[in-house]
Amino acid sequence: MASHAAHGTSEKEIAPPNTGAIWKTFWILLVLTAIEFVIAFTMAASTLRVAIFCGMTIVKAFYIVGEFMHLKHEVKTLIWMVLIPTIFVVWLLVALIYEGGHLY
Amino acid sequence: MSVAHAAPAVPENLTWQGGSEPLKASYGKLMMWFFLLSDTFTFSALLITYGMIRFSQPAWEGAPHDFYFSTTHWPIPEKVFEAVPFLHGMSLPLVFVGIMTFILIASSVTMVLAVEAGHRGDRKDVEKWMLWTIVGGFTFLGSQAWEWTHFIHGPEDLSLAAKQIIDGVSTPIEGANLVRNPYGPPAFADLFFFITGFHGTHVFSGVILNILIFFNAATGVYERRGHYEMVEKVGLYWHFVDLVWVFVFTFFYLV
Repeated sequence: MASHAAHGTSEKEIAPPNTGAIWKTFWILLVLTAIEFVIAFTMAASTLRVAIFCGMTIVKAFYIVGEFMHLKHEVKTLIWMVLIPTIFVVWLLVALIYEGGHLY
Repeated sequence: MSVAHAAPAVPENLTWQGGSEPLKASYGKLMMWFFLLSDTFTFSALLITYGMIRFSQPAWEGAPHDFYFSTTHWPIPEKVFEAVPFLHGMSLPLVFVGIMTFILIASSVTMVLAVEAGHRGDRKDVEKWMLWTIVGGFTFLGSQAWEWTHFIHGPEDLSLAAKQIIDGVSTPIEGANLVRNPYGPPAFADLFFFITGFHGTHVFSGVILNILIFFNAATGVYERRGHYEMVEKVGLYWHFVDLVWVFVFTFFYLV
């Protein structure tokens, strides 16, 4: 009884933090954003630059959804459930931007 | 977990790989994923609209340093967003948006640290990281309020503003709203207000949810419940808000 009281309220073990993967993802996101800035000011606007920005955004999205939202570690069916509708939306985006260019 | 034990044993290959929990995710988390997917459609609609309108308007053809604001061509974002609080009169293109992006990514990290602390049942750490996430959310909202105010006021030097014809006289446009815009076509201001506004509303609701979670964690609700899954569910929403900002940042500010 006395020894329990000495431990106070936190008598149950609390595991030490395991945050290595979280901080790694943070640094990746930070470095990618920094590189985007460098490209924004050193490269003239062009289709290639837009493609680079889109590619880097998708990489960032992969890390946020995969690691922070933990989707990478979910069941495969759940991953596809999220991914397939998103792919169709991206197709709509590309299609309408292309059509928009013909309106002008 | 406890529900899984109470349910009759189900062969794992028969129930979507998750035993009695379809997709091996709890009801709440699965519903949060469904909601986020539907929210993705809403935000995509806004970004698709942005893309279509932007590409249906004339772009600036000349060199970037010759650029001027006019309602006849789409503005270059880095010419519009170049002000930073406390650094009045300095041209620092996209620096403030960069800071806002950093704030949101950092608050996403503190959120994921709160989730991790929840897994360990570490109430003190959950409280600490939730509090940092709330601080990050409010900082972002404050930054956005400043950004909006600056945008609505328009360029300080009126000679830089786009012109409109009033009674046959070319007059600079003073201040942006939904029908006129000193930086370019009115549609640019409309899309700015709608996209960043819709995102900001999401951040605001996220901060409210985070405060509720912090309150429940601090009063021991989750400790008595035996798990911190609510932190995970709200965490999913908060990361989604961060994710949307990553796309807004690229498509509205960079491209």
